[in-house]
Amino acid sequence: MHEWALADAVITTAKKVAKEENLKKVTEIVVKIGELQTISKEIFDTVLQDVLKNQPELLKDVECKLEIEPAGFKCRNCSHEWLFREVKKELDEDETESIHFIPETAHVFLKCPNCKSPDFEIVKGRGIWVDSIEGDK
Amino acid sequence: MDPRINVVEKRLEKIGKVIAVAGGKGGIGKSTIASLLALVLADSNRKVGLLDLDFTGASTHTILGIDEFHFPDEDEGIIPPKYHGISYITIANFTQDHAAPMRGLDITNAILEILAITRWDELDYLIIDMPPGINDTTLDIIRLIKNIEFCIVTTPSKITTGVVKKSVDLLQELNIPILGILENMTFPTVSHAKQIFKDKYIGMIPFDESYEHAIGNKDKLLKTAIAKTLRNFTIICDKMC
Repeated sequence: MHEWALADAVITTAKKVAKEENLKKVTEIVVKIGELQTISKEIFDTVLQDVLKNQPELLKDVECKLEIEPAGFKCRNCSHEWLFREVKKELDEDETESIHFIPETAHVFLKCPNCKSPDFEIVKGRGIWVDSIEGDK
Repeated sequence: MDPRINVVEKRLEKIGKVIAVAGGKGGIGKSTIASLLALVLADSNRKVGLLDLDFTGASTHTILGIDEFHFPDEDEGIIPPKYHGISYITIANFTQDHAAPMRGLDITNAILEILAITRWDELDYLIIDMPPGINDTTLDIIRLIKNIEFCIVTTPSKITTGVVKKSVDLLQELNIPILGILENMTFPTVSHAKQIFKDKYIGMIPFDESYEHAIGNKDKLLKTAIAKTLRNFTIICDKMC
């Protein structure tokens, strides 16, 4: 599954931060999962643990905390604001899968519920984001 | 922190040369040259990938004759499907060939997502089809792909060469390697490009009426005058490897 590549990006980022901050151990990584990308916490945790299997001592006891961030949009045309969960049911399986791979394809399949414009901003909850990395020096 | 940026280099590490096919204006043949360059390289037994980053005007699939869109296979990322021996990624795989009305930040995010999740095989060349002009996509690939090199497309028209010259000047100021400048759709009486671009000018591609009839057919595409000129260009590329 392609989530593995994103989990690999999270762990690579933790190693980079550890090097920059001279951390001997990374103890906690907090990851926000944007709701738009429709990645479940359970699946992302599974792939993170898989990526962590072949990592150096630095990451041996790390705790990964995952939080789902609700996705929200704001229309650039009429300023209407709405949540992904309000319109998600209008997407078919392939459209949801497209957004799962590339969240920006939301502009192809979703429109502002008020004025039907595709010109909206993804205000929050786009995809995978590292919120914080903690460790011991 | 955006974690994706930290794996782009790793995802591209098995690629020998990354060539962005770019030019200042629309309709000058960038997608044609990117597609045919990939076809010519694959036909010469090079391992080649093609990445269409012209999100709002993706057309390499039309040139290559691909009219069915599937999600790529997944294995620790997405695996580019192969067409005519070319490992190929286009936004059309994800938009089902609908219009993709994206603004700057969306384009940046989509490029970053594709670069972060795509697992390219070992490749001699990755050809990138760029949108017109110096824009978000150009700035993003310069930022994200450290060994990027440009093949610049122009036409004989003063309108094009004037705009392309500005792009070339900017790339040179930024110390971005330019493999060469190809003058496309030439006709016998007019050529400004050779005088303007001097040693960077590497050749002309005469206007080829047969091309329109070859679109979508690999064998016909490989017989066009465009493909013949690009075979010479690949020799230049190989020498620079």
